[in-house]
Amino acid sequence: MEQYRADVAHIGKSVIIKGELSGSEDLYLDGEVEGNIDLVSHSLVIGPNGRVRANVKAKDVLIHGKVDGNVVGLEKVELKKSAVLNGDIFTQRIVIEDGAFFKGSIDIRKTEPKPAQAHGAPAAPASPVAPSLPLGGAAEKK
Amino acid sequence: MGFFRNIFGPGSKPDAAPAELPRLTRRSTGFHQFVRVILRPDGQTVLDLGPTSAANITYLTGLGHRTYNEDILAAANSGRFALPGAEPDGPRFDVERFLAEDLQYAPETFDAVIMWDVCDYLPEEMVKPTVERIYRIAKPEAALLAFFHSREAGADAPHYRYHIKDENTLELQTGAPFPLQRTFQNRHIEKLFQNFTAIKFFLGKENISEVLLVR
Repeated sequence: MEQYRADVAHIGKSVIIKGELSGSEDLYLDGEVEGNIDLVSHSLVIGPNGRVRANVKAKDVLIHGKVDGNVVGLEKVELKKSAVLNGDIFTQRIVIEDGAFFKGSIDIRKTEPKPAQAHGAPAAPASPVAPSLPLGGAAEKK
Repeated sequence: MGFFRNIFGPGSKPDAAPAELPRLTRRSTGFHQFVRVILRPDGQTVLDLGPTSAANITYLTGLGHRTYNEDILAAANSGRFALPGAEPDGPRFDVERFLAEDLQYAPETFDAVIMWDVCDYLPEEMVKPTVERIYRIAKPEAALLAFFHSREAGADAPHYRYHIKDENTLELQTGAPFPLQRTFQNRHIEKLFQNFTAIKFFLGKENISEVLLVR
């Protein structure tokens, strides 16, 4: 588990946010968010108590808690062993610890993806496959 | 029982300290043939029905494919679909709800599906509807890889997670303690997948048959 850092904005586990969450600094989220999270050029850590029902977009996304929604990590997405993710992942690089639960698709891309609909929508058509991707991304096992 | 019993012993639980158990390595002709089918320059859409595996995601995305992951055994055995007060001879699971919540994709979404040995561990009444759903969400000419235990594997054959090591080799890691529900004979497998246009059997090791199908 990540050490608490005083220089990172922190949302505690008793906090519930409904709506748009955006910012220009790194964020540690251990509460609940329903809506959207947008930290385009910063890092987001979803703590073990974090419960997110939202589409998430950040430079790096590290998940200990539960997310229902699509996750865009412009550089990296990391699922720790306690992570539960129901949604699609778009990123350049992914790290998944043994024990993490993931239901959805993974699209490794070099460029920023277009927004996609949540995975859970009934019979939603899959997002189109990017044509002929010479992919340089990689998933890693920790 | 053979191989598995030799490794774990007759009284051992398959979920006992899985992290401490070494992964077993198995050469897989069926997987090798499956990879040959999905090796295309255009990105394919591949559905992996096993537990989340970083190795599988690495391998499949490394081929340029978009990977979907859905652990349907975990879903089926989650208890969410068990019918309360079910009669001994009646339906035990709400299959309709299971398929309303899982394997929810548009028709003809996938170029390839990896089932692993899901059919052997799914509750009986979920098997046929699941295969029918997979047929519906697979594209025409999609490839499907499935493994089946032979009768010699024994009733207590442990459930394994499959990790792709390379195009010829799989690693097996002890998975959740799902009981083996049945073993299929080849004619049962042919009947179960009768809508598929082609089926090819490979005799795998350790009492496993590997089956490559074409939708």
